[in-house]
Amino acid sequence: MSFLYVHGGLTPAQWVTLLPILILSLTIVVVTSAIAIKRHHWWNATISVVGLNLALLPLFVHFWVPELWTLPLPQTVTPLLGIDNYACFYMAMILVTALATATLSHAYMEGYTGNREEVYLLLLLSTLGGLVIVCSRHFASFFIGLELLSVPLYGMAGYLVKERRSLEAGTKYLVLSAVASAFILFGMALIYAQTGTLAFADIGARAGDLAGSSRSVMILGSAMLLVGIGFKLSLAPFHLWTPDVYEGAPAPVTSYLATASKTAVFALLVRYFVEARAYEMPTLVNVLSILAILSIVIGNVLALRQDNLKRLLAYSSIAHFGYLLVALIASGPLAVEAVGVYLLTYVVTTLAAFGVVTLMSSPYRDHDAEDLFDYRGLFWRRPYLTAILTVALLSLAGVPLTAGFIGKFYVMTVGADKHLWVLLAAVVLGSAVGLYYYLRAMIQLYLRQRWVQKYSAPLNWAQGTGGGMLILLMLAMLLLGIFPTPFINLVQAAGLH
Amino acid sequence: MILIWLFMVPFIGGLLCWQIERFGLTLPRWVALGTMFIVLMLSLLLWHTGDYSQTLLGGHGHWVEEFSVPWIPRLGISFSFGLDGLSLLMVVLTGLLGLMAVACSWKEIARNVGFFHLNLMWNLGGVIGVFLATDLFLYFFFWEMMLVPMFFLIALWGHNIPGGTSRVFAATKFFLFTQASGLIMLVSILSLVFVHYRATGTLTFAYGDLLHTPMSAATEYWLMLGFFVAFAVKLPVVPFHSWLPDAHSQAPTAGSVDLAGVLLKTAAYSLLRFAVPLFPHASASFAPVAMWLGVLGIIYGALLAFSQNDVKRMVAYTSISHMGFVLVGIYSGTEQALQGVVIQMLAHGLSAGALFILCGEIQERLHTRDLREMGGLWSRFSYLPPIALFFAVASLGLPGLGNFVGEFLILLGSYKAAPVVTVFAASGLILAAVYSLMLVQRAFLGKAKSDEKLRDLNAREVVTLVTLMALLVGLGLYPQPVLDISRAPMAAVQEIYQTVGHSGTVAADTATIITTAGAP
Repeated sequence: MSFLYVHGGLTPAQWVTLLPILILSLTIVVVTSAIAIKRHHWWNATISVVGLNLALLPLFVHFWVPELWTLPLPQTVTPLLGIDNYACFYMAMILVTALATATLSHAYMEGYTGNREEVYLLLLLSTLGGLVIVCSRHFASFFIGLELLSVPLYGMAGYLVKERRSLEAGTKYLVLSAVASAFILFGMALIYAQTGTLAFADIGARAGDLAGSSRSVMILGSAMLLVGIGFKLSLAPFHLWTPDVYEGAPAPVTSYLATASKTAVFALLVRYFVEARAYEMPTLVNVLSILAILSIVIGNVLALRQDNLKRLLAYSSIAHFGYLLVALIASGPLAVEAVGVYLLTYVVTTLAAFGVVTLMSSPYRDHDAEDLFDYRGLFWRRPYLTAILTVALLSLAGVPLTAGFIGKFYVMTVGADKHLWVLLAAVVLGSAVGLYYYLRAMIQLYLRQRWVQKYSAPLNWAQGTGGGMLILLMLAMLLLGIFPTPFINLVQAAGLH
Repeated sequence: MILIWLFMVPFIGGLLCWQIERFGLTLPRWVALGTMFIVLMLSLLLWHTGDYSQTLLGGHGHWVEEFSVPWIPRLGISFSFGLDGLSLLMVVLTGLLGLMAVACSWKEIARNVGFFHLNLMWNLGGVIGVFLATDLFLYFFFWEMMLVPMFFLIALWGHNIPGGTSRVFAATKFFLFTQASGLIMLVSILSLVFVHYRATGTLTFAYGDLLHTPMSAATEYWLMLGFFVAFAVKLPVVPFHSWLPDAHSQAPTAGSVDLAGVLLKTAAYSLLRFAVPLFPHASASFAPVAMWLGVLGIIYGALLAFSQNDVKRMVAYTSISHMGFVLVGIYSGTEQALQGVVIQMLAHGLSAGALFILCGEIQERLHTRDLREMGGLWSRFSYLPPIALFFAVASLGLPGLGNFVGEFLILLGSYKAAPVVTVFAASGLILAAVYSLMLVQRAFLGKAKSDEKLRDLNAREVVTLVTLMALLVGLGLYPQPVLDISRAPMAAVQEIYQTVGHSGTVAADTATIITTAGAP
């Protein structure tokens, strides 16, 4: 029972590496008190954003100005958390995503008449869960992190309680997420029963010795773990909740759900596969391949006839995680790098796409601006917003000059390296089908129409922080597409060793 | 450095066109015209100053001009460009047709002029990038990138033909066909890179390094097919051609000029630059199939051209027919035929471009492109019909014009390699005469629908077309300067065929096999 063993306190180096998590926890306390003292939307949002920035600061310095100061890595802080470059990279990504979501939420919630402040509290809590997940190398911390990540999301998805669809999304996510957690717990129990440990590395070391029925039980446990993770990542055939929740949840929450929560879980999946040596179980890899192909096919095919932008993006995210699985299956250091690059491009792109949806929407109305019809001819009214959405859609489609191309290129590179021809064929076919619906959505933006518009974004959007952030995201998408080397170096430094 | 400017100028010019619209609607046109003029002048400067007699296909030092900086060193990707005679001719053609495309849309495009020219310039910039890239990643980057502006050109400024498919549909079809086949090529490129990596231990996308990659015959064949599919869609080769008539019939005039004149040439260029040199053995054994596909395209394109009522669709099908000659020439592997391919590419660019410009001008005046609505137009214009007659006979291969030189050299060259194929291909000349004269007959001769005179060509339109006429005559009467420029790269391609024992012997054998098999 090594995880119950308590060291004689943490060393200073360990405290320092824990800084992002500690700062974020402190921020949560401050925001809670601030809300209790006085409800003020701007103040509470600002405190949250400042806290997130402070948590990001050490990571930022560590990666971008290492000559100034670096974190003493890697550190094992209790058997539960292992903080290395890999964890730090994903922590940074999650924190940036949370920042973007906070900014978008501020723009979105301005028009909401109920209590607006708690959304930041939930967001920070969920982010904390994400940070714990990417650092965890032990089932206990994994599960704590996962629940901390998911439970606030129920609240966030159903935040607009007076709205039927938001409430429905929250409930749906609650039920299915709970089922997924149950699967994960059961899987962990089975694995523990066979190996007698909860630490990833020990599991990997002991799993090799298993034979006969214990090995079967071990594989069954791992498969159940995969099912649960499949739910969280909305891989087909566990994707059924995705379109409904994406559609019903408020737009900024959807953007968080699509990016931060999935990034955290995927980062953990990669770490588990590497550290617990799950690659040595061919059955699991085969199951993953089937999941990948199903996700690519189902995600792309169902997106074909969608007239609702949020649902379209939901199906497209299913397909994108199918592509990501291809990189995971390829295995090896290059595959870990490919996953990092792909997740980075995906997160930037998805945030931009949902950001535009958010700025086009407002909780005043009975639903978000999500029908493609609402976007028809947007170019002639909001050229900059349209430019951002165009770049985002092209990036999702993987067209050169945008981030998505680099991501797709990486996935195909590792696939070709490992001769995964069937999976590559699925990626090629899926991308071709994907193009059709991205183009279909994109061209709507430019079609001129004669009738009066139902929706239009607030006039001053460009001055708002939300607009500024979207422009930054667009620049990031183009930069990643044109000059990806600094980002690749960063991801490469953050490999798993 | 000048190579960088060749493709950067259109990109910068495009952005300028977009932003300058707010100061006046004609300004973007002038900026675009100036941009393409600069590109043309730069390429002519390169023509004038470079020595193109010694270039060979290959790596460093084999190019007349080159430029290279690391781009993504992690994956062995560099930002490298190279120029030889073949790419120079293609860039000159792009600059010239770019000018024509801007000129012919002067009146046609009335809304969002700035954004239109942004797309046009970026498309042309991407095409120039394709012609110059010597890193396979960079090449693929431009190959895919040029599609997006073209998509917008068709989808936003195209025509919705009553009873036909919508322009958005046509644009989407174009994009899907080319992008999907492009992804197959990407898989091939990546596999080639890894085959090379396993053999040598260096990860690189550089063209010069990837030449002569040792690989098994089966691997080579599969990789070659991956490249071929992408080029076959773009050329287009017959089973993959169905996007072309749709795209042409919905595209605005400038889009059609660009598509027929330049975009199709990227495929022929890529076959010569990449498919054949990278996979010589596989290309040699695939040659008979490719040549028969070419013949199929020649005959099929001509027959369908003959039966069209929409003028633009008709010209689109003639493009398929003419590109069939190019395919036959490329895979016959003799130097004469390869030289013919270059002339044919240039001549087709000029003549098809001009025919599409004429289609646009007729449509502007008659508000229809339906041949059944025309007839007797000769009496209603004074300049347009004779000019159209000129380009129609150019298209049928009248001696003295560029197309004749191209087709004649291709047939002459391929006869040595594959007589039977050549005999069938030559029937395309007769079919071309049929459809070209039919076009003139149906549109310009016969009984006029009305006696009302139509607005004739203005000075801008006459200058555009007369320039193209002069160039076609020049190419027909004195093609030597062009042949001198393209001789070295074509000789290199021919040498590649020769080292794998293709030209003459192999193809002649296959031809005999086919003849004997065909005989009862």
